[in-house]
Amino acid sequence: MATTPLTQRIARLRSMVGRLGFPWRAAPIPPGVEPPQPTRQLKAEYDTAWARRYPARVVRASLVETVMRFVMSVVASPSREGTDRLSTVDGPVIFVANHHSHADTPLLLTSIPEPWRHRVVVGAAADYFFATRLGSALAALLINAIPIERTKVGRRSANLAADLLDDGWSVLIFPEGGRSPDGWGQPFRGGAAYLAIRCNVPVVPVHIAGTDRILRKGHLLPSRSSTTVTFGDPLLATEGEHARGFASRLEAAVAALGDEAANDWWQARQRAHAGTSPGLTGPDIGAWRRVWALGDRGRRSRRRRVLWPEL
Amino acid sequence: MSNGRHLAPRPGFVLDVDKNSPPIVFHHGEGFRLEKLPAGRSRVIYPAEPLEGLPDPDGAIRHALLNPIGDSDPLPALLRPNMKLTIAFDDISLPLPPMRRPDIRQRVIEAVLDIAAEAGVDDVHLIAALALHRRMTEDELRHAVGDRVYDAFAPKGLLYNHDAEDPDGMVVLGETPHGEAVQFNKRAAESDLVIYVNINLVAMDGGHKSTATGLTGYTSLRHNHNVHTMLNSTSFMDRDKSALHASNWRMGKVLRDAGVKIFQIETTVNNDTFGREGPLSMLQKREWEWSGRDRASFLAMQQGLKVMPTNLKRKAFSTWLAPYEMTSVQAGEVEAVHEVTTANVYRQHLVPVEGQTDILTMGLPYICPYNVNSIMNPILVMCLGLGYFFNLYRGRPLVREGGVVIISHPTPWEFNPVHHPSYIDFFEEVLADTTDPGEIEKKYEKRFAEDEWYIHLYRNSYAYHGVHPFYMWYWGAHALSHVGRVIIVGGDTRAVRRLGFQPASTLADALEMAGDVVGPQPTITHLKNPPLLMADVT
Repeated sequence: MATTPLTQRIARLRSMVGRLGFPWRAAPIPPGVEPPQPTRQLKAEYDTAWARRYPARVVRASLVETVMRFVMSVVASPSREGTDRLSTVDGPVIFVANHHSHADTPLLLTSIPEPWRHRVVVGAAADYFFATRLGSALAALLINAIPIERTKVGRRSANLAADLLDDGWSVLIFPEGGRSPDGWGQPFRGGAAYLAIRCNVPVVPVHIAGTDRILRKGHLLPSRSSTTVTFGDPLLATEGEHARGFASRLEAAVAALGDEAANDWWQARQRAHAGTSPGLTGPDIGAWRRVWALGDRGRRSRRRRVLWPEL
Repeated sequence: MSNGRHLAPRPGFVLDVDKNSPPIVFHHGEGFRLEKLPAGRSRVIYPAEPLEGLPDPDGAIRHALLNPIGDSDPLPALLRPNMKLTIAFDDISLPLPPMRRPDIRQRVIEAVLDIAAEAGVDDVHLIAALALHRRMTEDELRHAVGDRVYDAFAPKGLLYNHDAEDPDGMVVLGETPHGEAVQFNKRAAESDLVIYVNINLVAMDGGHKSTATGLTGYTSLRHNHNVHTMLNSTSFMDRDKSALHASNWRMGKVLRDAGVKIFQIETTVNNDTFGREGPLSMLQKREWEWSGRDRASFLAMQQGLKVMPTNLKRKAFSTWLAPYEMTSVQAGEVEAVHEVTTANVYRQHLVPVEGQTDILTMGLPYICPYNVNSIMNPILVMCLGLGYFFNLYRGRPLVREGGVVIISHPTPWEFNPVHHPSYIDFFEEVLADTTDPGEIEKKYEKRFAEDEWYIHLYRNSYAYHGVHPFYMWYWGAHALSHVGRVIIVGGDTRAVRRLGFQPASTLADALEMAGDVVGPQPTITHLKNPPLLMADVT
């Protein structure tokens, strides 16, 4: 076979590289030795510390106050109630909310009042939001997400959240563990309650209404709908209260807020004291009837929108 | 959160003015004046710094409801299903300026309703106890009781303004031994329990005055809102020496004897009117403690106010919401509760002062109880200066008998025609005839009080009752009979003369004019505000 000058050069280069040893080249794996798998620091292992440093915070705050706020005002027309209930709270808190849609997080991030708004981390499903490197980075940067294990019991998530609370960060958690599959809520898990007891911080229950019509599970494109975010009175675990019991109390508080949003505060308080607040999880009936029953929920009119001042 | 406050609030004190004393900031309506007082014979009464607010106001409210004062059961024991419950609350005239959300009334009413819900009470009405004041607008009611309570009750007609001229809504429950008819809101009279939610800004508020004035009408009010009562109230900020309060206490007894059960909830606020930080915080600092930033802010504000039209200035000031904090809350039997409340008001306001003065100076602000979101017309200037500020004393008036009061206020010849229609006629017709309170009372009061048009506007628009300007004038009757002359600095000359006072361009001119009455080298005392204070004169 005839050789050209170019192929001769490539062959010469190869032999030169071949003669270079370690450390210019990777050391060969000794026979019989199993090499370790490269660690991909994703899911619960993803380190989000960079997203809480000042440059990332500035970027996020700018996005929240401009793009996110504008998009939410167009898509969700939010009405924000009960922020005055936070006036007596000082320091970090845990916000717990029902969860219908991907719109819930940006809606809350633009609704949570100062001084918590830009010092809040969002507990996000590690297996969903932190599955890829790009997705993890976006979740950490845009919504200040931290990975929370929801498929197995692990201490890493809880330790991270507890450390952040100790550092003065507030935490937003959706204790249902995922978006509603059918428009009704799901029972609250005990993670938020456990964290509140462990760190002795107040929990602010929040009810979100209306986002199920914007971007519910299984939908890819959002549609516009009016929404209501109702903040409740901060709750502290009582002496000796177990996480499971506190979680039930939080669920009841969010359900009462849902009643308040759908009807009015006085009826909601009456039903809450009588133990007859409509639950978050809906009636225990057949699937189609549960969907049918969703139609009964609606918000009555509130403050009149006056387009022209009364003279 | 850090708010830059002192470790312990400093009490008020009296500054003797010398050559080195700085000019003093005088309120002057929607503006300010810097006035240099004569050295060696002037003094300035400085208010105490704001007391610390309760660290857990909601917890304190709940504690007060469960641990009442005096002869009263805890609130939960007074509530039962199928009862009629009426919650009455102070109107827009308190506090001043309106406070930041959440208003204290909202906190208290929510706590009360929460206990009522637990007890299974269904029949609840909420009434703004405004007597003959103007009705509160939706926004004002929302601000007072909060959106949650408003949305739950107002659309069903269960939250509304008291209507003292509703023939079907008022009832006469009896008469005091002094022959004073006691008229009362019918719904409240027929309720199993009336809960009154009060905010005490000054010592005049609260006690039986809350219900016996707030939920009544002209039939009752004419017995204590008159010249004779005011001349015998020295002062009406000191309940024990106030004929006004004595009448209200007598009426309170009639209410109790008629079976009206009242659970009184009273709260006090500190005097943090303009905040410890923020753009107006310098106004409640002592002048020599202003930082460079305070001085720059003040100068910038003065320049801004100079070029702003009056309406815009009013708008700007009316948006200010005071960061008041609750310093106490007590609940239970009316008189026992009010004793504690008054002690807490005095704790904030009283400043010991030795001896009276020849000339009392005061700078009046842009707001008084009757012009919230409105215009401070000349009659209200008189009422605020000679009614409220003059009466902010315990013991003896700050100014000696026959002395001079010098007021600083623009006193514009302007009225809000929606809020103060009868004031316009009072100013144009009554004051053009006479400024003597006794003569005005005899000659004009009944006609204005019973005027159908004024009654219609009071019931259906947002107007003060036809008789209200008379009460404003009577409020100053004690001062008018006590002092030798009233001078207004920087006021509209025609308006000031219509009030029967003397106009002056500058404080120096006013002091010169006062010399004609009190003689040369008079002593001068300046009642510094903001914030509010009350002189304990010995």
